[in-house]
Amino acid sequence: MSTQVTITIDGAEITAAVGQTIIEAADAAGVYIPRLCHKPGLDAFGGCRVCTVTANGRPCSACTQPVMPGMIVQNDTEKLRDFRKTLVEMMFVEGNHFCMFCEKSGGCELQALGYRMGIDVPRFPFLFPKRDVDASHPDILVDHNRCILCARCIRTSRDVDGKQVFDFVGRGAHKRVAVRTGTRLADSDAEVSDAAVEACPVGALLKKRVGYTTPIGARRYDHEPIGSDIENGEEN
Amino acid sequence: MRAEIHPMSTLLDSAVRKICKSFDNDPTRLLDVARAVQEKYRCVSDEAVDVIAQVLHLPRVTVESLVSFYAFLSREKQGRVIIRLCDDVIDRMHGYDRVLAVFREELGIEVGETTSDGNITLERTACIGMSDQAPAALINDVVVTRLNSDRAREIVRELREHMDPNRLVRTYGRGNNAHDLVRSMVHNNIQTEPLVLLSAINRCGAIRKALSLRPVEVIRAVKAARLRGRGGAGFPCGMKWEFTRAADGEQKVVICNADEGEPGTFKDRILLTEYPDRVFAGMTIAGYAIGAQEGILYLRAEYAYLRAFLEDVLQKRREDGLLGDGILGRDDVSFDIRIQMGAGAYVCGEETALISSCEGTRGDPKNRPPFPAQHGYLGRPTSVNNVETLCCVTKIMEEGAAAFSQYGTKQSSGTKLLSISGDCRRPGVYELPFGTTLREVLALCDADDAIAVQVGGPSGQMVGPEHYDRQICFDDLATGGSIMTFGPGRDLLEVVSGFLEFFEDESCGYCTPCRVGTVLLKEAVDRVRADLCEPLDIERFEEMGTMMKAMSRCGLGQTAPNPVLSTLENFPALYAGCNKVDSDGYRRSFDLEASLSEARAIRGGHPEAATNGKGGPQ
Amino acid sequence: MAKPRIATTSLCGCFGCHMSLLDIDERILALAELVDFDRSPIDDIKHISQRCRVGLIEGGCANEENVEVLREFRRNCDILVSVGDCATTGGLPALRNLVPLQECLEEAYVHGPSVHNPSGEIPNDPEIPLLLNKVYPAHEVVKVDYHLPGCPPSADTLWAALNALLADEPVQLPYELIKYD
Repeated sequence: MSTQVTITIDGAEITAAVGQTIIEAADAAGVYIPRLCHKPGLDAFGGCRVCTVTANGRPCSACTQPVMPGMIVQNDTEKLRDFRKTLVEMMFVEGNHFCMFCEKSGGCELQALGYRMGIDVPRFPFLFPKRDVDASHPDILVDHNRCILCARCIRTSRDVDGKQVFDFVGRGAHKRVAVRTGTRLADSDAEVSDAAVEACPVGALLKKRVGYTTPIGARRYDHEPIGSDIENGEEN
Repeated sequence: MRAEIHPMSTLLDSAVRKICKSFDNDPTRLLDVARAVQEKYRCVSDEAVDVIAQVLHLPRVTVESLVSFYAFLSREKQGRVIIRLCDDVIDRMHGYDRVLAVFREELGIEVGETTSDGNITLERTACIGMSDQAPAALINDVVVTRLNSDRAREIVRELREHMDPNRLVRTYGRGNNAHDLVRSMVHNNIQTEPLVLLSAINRCGAIRKALSLRPVEVIRAVKAARLRGRGGAGFPCGMKWEFTRAADGEQKVVICNADEGEPGTFKDRILLTEYPDRVFAGMTIAGYAIGAQEGILYLRAEYAYLRAFLEDVLQKRREDGLLGDGILGRDDVSFDIRIQMGAGAYVCGEETALISSCEGTRGDPKNRPPFPAQHGYLGRPTSVNNVETLCCVTKIMEEGAAAFSQYGTKQSSGTKLLSISGDCRRPGVYELPFGTTLREVLALCDADDAIAVQVGGPSGQMVGPEHYDRQICFDDLATGGSIMTFGPGRDLLEVVSGFLEFFEDESCGYCTPCRVGTVLLKEAVDRVRADLCEPLDIERFEEMGTMMKAMSRCGLGQTAPNPVLSTLENFPALYAGCNKVDSDGYRRSFDLEASLSEARAIRGGHPEAATNGKGGPQ
Repeated sequence: MAKPRIATTSLCGCFGCHMSLLDIDERILALAELVDFDRSPIDDIKHISQRCRVGLIEGGCANEENVEVLREFRRNCDILVSVGDCATTGGLPALRNLVPLQECLEEAYVHGPSVHNPSGEIPNDPEIPLLLNKVYPAHEVVKVDYHLPGCPPSADTLWAALNALLADEPVQLPYELIKYD
């Protein structure tokens, strides 16, 4: 049995390995599909839905859908671009995202998607939810105001750090990331060297005392849109 | 103090350990453990969470995660009696507000609170499957129906006297509602003559027939009858079984989805009350057909009052050789069924969420692929079928595919059970052939003057009189069974808002479109109702609804915008007020007076200040 | 031919966006050639004197006076532009949206660590505009035509936007000029 399949993305043929998801195949081929909860090396989550494409006409998340021989994928269409933009705007109004004082600004993937999509302002009313900040840990800050519930910290802690420091509690709009033991991060075995801290795409999990070190203009997304590395065929 | 606390903790510790042990310390039975702890201690406390986590070898947060997901589990201690008032659109139409007001007044508490003596908790809950006898409530597991202010007052008085919800039931409904193990005031309200599903029970004919065939022949018969899933989506049942049968895996599983949570649906209640043998026979036949020995009936928490009765039916079937090892004397055929109780989560009606719940986790839907037929319950190939679908299977075996498919249309064969509620004189369950028009349905239930009908519950669509000649079937007006009728004078936008509130409450929160979209849509519709919307707002939330349909991860989010989208299409007049634009370019959604209310209240002591309406320093 | 008029205001903002406007440096001479300034903190004109082509709004709406000024701008400007994060999102002042108004005032005037207020009274003069329940971005109060995010938007962003507007072209900012910080 062949280990390679051919699929098309927006009309261009690419070769993919059997067992790859659409997003993995696209990344390897230098085609960027916008995403937030997907992170190479982690189990697919399929929660943010930003990577939604159509495969043979049906919408699916590119991070969970395996490639199939001859699959026809639509990615960069006007409709999907609009949908994704709407989705990213919804994330901005769902939480409390104060970019102007956030340590992650310039390196934040949510913000970078906003830039790439040319979002000047979300078109929905801001919800201003009441959320907690947990500064109990000596080296790590948890700011739920910025959390987009992508589960990258949960999966990284479980599968990379082997700790399972985090999990979700609550449901719907009340869903949030909670800590393994009790309520405070300080009471857990989380350490600043955990990969989970780095895994956060936004400023919800931060290392203390190292913020704002990169000057404005030299930060990751100041000049290069998110996804450029993939489009340029660089390792990410 | 320490000396007093210590023995208590030890008691809790050993009791919780005992509960865990009764489920073999199996972490996949966490939901059952949590339910049992909740029942015993009226909450799953910090201490209990610690013990459970320790015994089942789970991180503490995993236990918290599960407890926080289900509406019927609680971290805070609840009253000895919990009154869960069904807060559904239909109940609201029949006096929910008045009943709620009486409960609040008599108990002296708000929704979500417990009386100071720790005795009674007042909660609101989504549809409990009693829309034909609304307003209704669950008092612990006891169903009380047709509430009104007087009855609510009496209930509080009686509960204060004896604290025994069972004693609130004075007369029993007909049939098995009066069974010793049910003793419920629930009425069946079967409104049509039996056709197929509501016909007399034949306890073993179907299984005998199935066992006389080879499994593939059973599947062939189901396909010949063109049976499609009755939950709403209409996936061909035979095909689902074929996939499950063909999947790799030693152990396979049949799950019966008895989590009918779509507001306005209550037809499975009748099947479970009066025809449980038909349901269990269907599961057994499914097991034989796909090669499964394990069956699970996932029973929604709201139907807990049927549990003891259903367990008894299962036991009798085991005794009669219809379940267990060597069914009907065939050594090669084994199948047994356990009942998995839910704990209050609409999303668990979605088949992959239901599987998550059976596995003892949060009821989050799973990513697909893999589909349950390949990788379902605990990774085993699994067929999840609706209660009604399985009853159809039993009838197909009993009477043959041809007899079954003589009813209905080519694409939608057989009959359909409809749960009809709302503004009609004969609410209840109707068995009608697929293809029946909505007009015929409305005539039968005596709702000819309906200005609108919600077909398929909140996740379905709202249609008006110009659609009444359409047919109930998979290819036209599809429904899992819910039909709600709205008579002249009803505020349809209030209905839409109620449906959206339901989705907002029930979204699992896993994916962004549903988690955020349900909140924003509800907010937008309430602005429409307050006459504060502009054309642009409508455009935006229509766009968001379309996005949610395409990008949500499961059926809940994909259908949650339907109340808005279907009324925008079928009842555009409801949104006519949104055509207004302020000539000065002021946003109509911004209400200056309302947004000054808090400041005015704070400045309240100074009347001179309060009159200084507009303006400021010039 | 009369030059197009521009009006600017700072509602609940910090004047940082106006500073950024001044940061266009020598280009301000070119701007003065192109336009006349109407109501603006730059010239201290208190009310819009005649119809303006462009109104630049810095800051969100935190009190009733902000609403009144914003509405005056909307009535008198052809094109209204939200300039900066406070106008587009509520910005830093919107941090108070996470706290009830009463608590906010008590923290500011009664319980705050650096407050000396023996009477415990919250300032209550009728001349003081009433606060809104929360801080609103400008577009939730009036229709806004363009949004320039940033805290503040860079001088280049403002220059690019003004040039487009004065040339009757839609404002389309390149990647590097859309920033939220």
